[in-house]
Amino acid sequence: MEILVCVKRVPTVGGSIVLTDDGQRVDTRMSGFTVSPHEECAVEEAVRIVERLGGSVTVLTLGPPEASDQVRDMLALGANHGVVLETDGKEWGPIATAKAIEASVARWSQFSAGYDLLLFGNEAADSGNYQVPVRVAHALGLPCVTGIKHLEIGADEDKLRARREYRGIKEVFELPLPAVVSVKEGINLPRYPSLPGRLRAKRAALERFAQPWQADGVRTLGLRLPEGRQHQAEVLGTGTDAVPALVSLLDELGVLT
Amino acid sequence: MTVLCLVEPDGDGLADASSRALALAGSLAASGAGGLAAAFVGEPTPAVLAALAGCGVTDLHAVSSPRLTGYAPVAWARSLAGLIASAPASAVVAAATDHGSEVMAHLGAITGLDVVANCLATSTADSGGCQLVRNRWGGSLLEDVMLTTRPALLTVATDAPASRGDAGPGEVPKVHVYEPDLTEADLLVQATESAIGGGAVSLATARVVIGGGRGVGGPDGFGPLEELAGLLGGALGVSRVVTSEGWRPHRQQVGQTGTKIAPELYLACGISGAIQHMAGCQAAKRIVAINTDPDAPIISRADYAVIGDLSQVIPALVTALRARSDSQAADLSSLADPAVRAFYLGDQDPASR
Repeated sequence: MEILVCVKRVPTVGGSIVLTDDGQRVDTRMSGFTVSPHEECAVEEAVRIVERLGGSVTVLTLGPPEASDQVRDMLALGANHGVVLETDGKEWGPIATAKAIEASVARWSQFSAGYDLLLFGNEAADSGNYQVPVRVAHALGLPCVTGIKHLEIGADEDKLRARREYRGIKEVFELPLPAVVSVKEGINLPRYPSLPGRLRAKRAALERFAQPWQADGVRTLGLRLPEGRQHQAEVLGTGTDAVPALVSLLDELGVLT
Repeated sequence: MTVLCLVEPDGDGLADASSRALALAGSLAASGAGGLAAAFVGEPTPAVLAALAGCGVTDLHAVSSPRLTGYAPVAWARSLAGLIASAPASAVVAAATDHGSEVMAHLGAITGLDVVANCLATSTADSGGCQLVRNRWGGSLLEDVMLTTRPALLTVATDAPASRGDAGPGEVPKVHVYEPDLTEADLLVQATESAIGGGAVSLATARVVIGGGRGVGGPDGFGPLEELAGLLGGALGVSRVVTSEGWRPHRQQVGQTGTKIAPELYLACGISGAIQHMAGCQAAKRIVAINTDPDAPIISRADYAVIGDLSQVIPALVTALRARSDSQAADLSSLADPAVRAFYLGDQDPASR
């Protein structure tokens, strides 16, 4: 199995989001970076499939040159090859992102039998556009399912069985390969990178391709933090001394049966 | 021109997320002086039709095909594309559910149009474009965008404002049966559906959720939290750290990449309050945090807080609640004694009536 996994570099955000003064971007000067959680699970799933069936896992990202850090993080989890579609750091919309991925897949197909499986996260943690996997599938003429929590590849490696849950209903899809699948966190528990994995990832040669920015029909006017819960909690007390106040509160809220 | 909104059922009725999508679709239609139409795959129930009438829908396109046996994302999108090709629309809208988001992405790919996902509101819609507010980071950040392509394709966040319900009961929408022209390729991906056996209180709909985070300390620390959840008829929810460490299964995760909850009470124990977690619990009516750190981010987002160690506070709370229910049970059992009943309630002995 030849598997491509697409990941996105996103800021590591903890207790709060800080915006730049012009309100156009998330201020990342004080934050680290990671890949979206769903995508880390996509990489883990790909590595497990290849451990079982053989083949290799290629991790691809579209982002600034520094996004090679995130590709190396994924190589440390067991992926074999890394590709960085380098941008100047501007945010890309889903149409342009899908086009760049499609072109990269087409380029690779000229030198090989192509990929059997393209894995994505269900949506990016930051922009959350929910579109890139579907748009890539259409561009390549491949079948696609999204939001998958359980994936099986048939013994003949010619089809897959994918499962997810929706409104109390279990949905099972059977697709011929090659196919595009987006997964959700919970499909597996990603491993910690091993020390040899980290050393190998550090030394690995990455393929890099420069990508000129493409506009689309959606323009960001600005970012802002929602109002809502931003106040200091009323402290009921400290330690077990607070229990009587807590019981009265539960009673007041009508949650005691 | 018309605004077309894809709607979904939930049980017999209309999904809550769909009525929220209709609220935004309705305001788009009103600002463009157009009508509001809905698309539904299958045969709508009377309850769905009544709900659509209440949302101001005048026309319903019921997509019908003998080949559609289960949810089929490409076929659904192809049907929407067929509908807007035969009757032009200024916008196509769907709820940002798993189905709605997937179908709109396919519609975007089929038509080559942009899709704006997870919208909360629209401020203007004129010939120049459509200005929208949308969620990023699961709702922890808002983005104002201008969408210039037409028809405007968008999904509406499942926590967007509900309809004001001022459309009145309205007339039941006119139903137009639409038979889409589907190819084998459109039906290649189609779900086989089966019900999931239930039993436990569902996290998404629980009235009370007891949350546990890193502060629980390890996989063995959840017993008292589960006991408390059981006492209150609630569900246990956990933070992402807990599932990433493998302490609890992912289906119990509350947050941006887990389950979104909307209980009367969320009791968050040993949870710092990262934005990804808060994105999953911001719909809770009341948040009570138990944390050793008075400066933890969750303290500035909760309504009430107990500063303390959950491993002491929770067992003490369980003991207090048990004592309380025991004393109530004692009261009730003493009421079974006719003499006690008569004393407290002025009730007569049934035998002397």
